[in-house]
Amino acid sequence: MRFKLSYEIRDKYLRKDMLPTIFCPGCGIGSVLQYTLRAIDELGWSKDEVVWVSGIGCSSRVPGFVDFDGLHTTHGRALAFATGIKMANPDLKVIAFMGDGDTAAIGGNHFIHAIRRNLDVTVILINNFTYGMTGGQVAPTTLKGLRGTTAPYGSFENPFDIAELAVAAGANYVARWTVFNYVQGINSIKKALQKKGFSLVEFLSPCPISFGRRNRMKTAPELIKWYNKITVPISKAKNMSPEELKDKIVIGEFVDRDRPSLNEEYEEYKKRAKKMMGWEE
Amino acid sequence: MRYPFPVGKSDFIQGDEAIARAAILAGCRFYAGYPITPASEIFEAMALYMPLVDGVSIQMEDELASIAAIIGASWAGAKAMTATSGPGFSLMMENLGYAIMTETPIVVVDVQRSGPSTGQPTLAAQGDVMQAIWGTHGDHSLIVLTPATVQEAFDMTIRAFNLAEKYRTPVILLTDAEVGHMREKVDIPNPEDIELVYRKLPANEEEAKYPFGDIHGDLIPPMPIFGKGYRTYVTGLTHDEKGRPKTVDAEIHRKLIERIVNKIEKNKKDIIDYETFELDDAEVAIISYGIVARSAVRAVKILRSEGIKAGLLKLNVVWPFDFDMIERIAEQVHAIYVPEMNLGQLYHLVKEGANGKARVDLIPKIGGEVHTPQEIVREVKKCECGV
Ligand SMILES: Cc1ncc(C[n+]2csc(CCOP(=O)(O)OP(=O)(O)O)c2C)c(N)n1
Ligand code: SF4
Repeated sequence: MRFKLSYEIRDKYLRKDMLPTIFCPGCGIGSVLQYTLRAIDELGWSKDEVVWVSGIGCSSRVPGFVDFDGLHTTHGRALAFATGIKMANPDLKVIAFMGDGDTAAIGGNHFIHAIRRNLDVTVILINNFTYGMTGGQVAPTTLKGLRGTTAPYGSFENPFDIAELAVAAGANYVARWTVFNYVQGINSIKKALQKKGFSLVEFLSPCPISFGRRNRMKTAPELIKWYNKITVPISKAKNMSPEELKDKIVIGEFVDRDRPSLNEEYEEYKKRAKKMMGWEE
Repeated sequence: MRYPFPVGKSDFIQGDEAIARAAILAGCRFYAGYPITPASEIFEAMALYMPLVDGVSIQMEDELASIAAIIGASWAGAKAMTATSGPGFSLMMENLGYAIMTETPIVVVDVQRSGPSTGQPTLAAQGDVMQAIWGTHGDHSLIVLTPATVQEAFDMTIRAFNLAEKYRTPVILLTDAEVGHMREKVDIPNPEDIELVYRKLPANEEEAKYPFGDIHGDLIPPMPIFGKGYRTYVTGLTHDEKGRPKTVDAEIHRKLIERIVNKIEKNKKDIIDYETFELDDAEVAIISYGIVARSAVRAVKILRSEGIKAGLLKLNVVWPFDFDMIERIAEQVHAIYVPEMNLGQLYHLVKEGANGKARVDLIPKIGGEVHTPQEIVREVKKCECGV
């Protein structure tokens, strides 16, 4: 892969009048944004055919910084709004940029149902194990024992594995990487974008300010070291016992399949309706 | 274009069915909903018709998703609607505010049932008036229409779409289980005889740069829909004229919210709609809306026959509210009665409008039944005996 220089990507896709971003030093969201833009760039997609949707949270501020149509909605509801956009105009390509709290807590129901329907959308998920924007409360992804302002003695709940959840709910494409797996990350986003139906690329993304600071990892490099320790590639995980996999997070490509998408199903449904009513042969 | 129901003639149908047919004739091509009594028949009719007219009808996971989906559809260029009842309407409040803040044309039907909570699912009420007007948080305005008959449910649905498109705002069709489930004769016009309004689109690139700016001086910005090459950013955060978040600037917030409120407030004359009955020489006035207004018409006739000069103001729009008109009526009569199927909602607005110029009495009724004309007559006479 030949990499374009970052400033080329920046100049081509960012809204200059919105900069600087709101992201803290060491935050991983900017990197994931860059990967997404690089994927779009390599696919040669026009800025006029893509709509970015988001909910509320640090991650959800991304659509504001890119020069595309964008809908920054309410906390957790991005995929419900996206359903309307995609179904009303199937020609639009829809990217949802979401946080882990946004996706799996307040938006959990929309998430599993968007996947069940196989909505034609690519979710780029920033999993920073915390609620960044509101200052470091625990999230449904926070690993047991890790601290947040609402669990100052360490989280006592079981976390969600969002990628596994998406596979079980029926997504067409699911991959998870950390922000420093950039080549795999960009390739996965490219695959996801080209996929019909629901696709998800999850990134473990450093949030040194709200999360790291409370868990003895004040900087991005410390967090990245920790990711190295806790992640296992999916190929290796296949040969590991459940005990060995305890407290590990699997990364890699989880599923790649082509179940019919919601838009395709609805086109068929319309035809069926007209036939059943005797409007068409 | 072919329609899946008869047009250009009358039909004997339910209120809910009338709303669905009117929506399709108004150009609605996206419906998202979640089943709830007594609004489900709207959804069921839309489910039947939409695929046939190349529109979308989709059952979402809940009401939060339903209103979210129609807002998304609206930004993708479609006229869009959802329908619900009390509990679902409560769930929609956050995104209703989002639609107001982002100036998204949508139609939300609330077929009221008795509450609070799950209350009496199959029985009518008028308990959502305040929620329709003030249910979402923050300073805002929107439009609330109140049909009393199945024909009005039909006509006002078309009007709801037209007002939503014209003013780039959510419009609520606030009806009730009685109107929703009642069957009446409805004149369904020929589609070409229906006047339809479409949102103002930006005339050029320059206009599209200000999706939230008052570039025409009429307080209503043109709406650059998605996919047309304008690359618009839409946020529920306080934003400037270009749509950029500006969350701590008091002046930008004030300017935005005042414009959103004023585009409704300054166009009150165009939006407000009412009917009067025997009001010109009335000494007592009844102010009513929706299903109860039908009992009120009869009550006025009975009162007149008994020598009491009663008159009726029937409101077809309960928001925006014409406080001045109520004051003028209050100056003319000595008492105003507000029969409502609740323990006092519109009553508060009427009382404020009357401004102390006349006594204002509530005639409440809850439990699911509409006031009988006799009940209204009895309450009016109770107070009028000494006059
Ligand atoms: C209905 C509602 N509840 C709560 C909030 C407050 N809130 C804003 S962002 C946020 C959490 C964000 O966390 P996450 O989704 O993980 O995204 P991040 O900021 O970490 O990227 C919350 C709870 C809100 N805006 N709306
Ligand atoms: S709080 Fe965390 S997620 Fe939010 S911008 Fe800062 S580092 Fe990033």
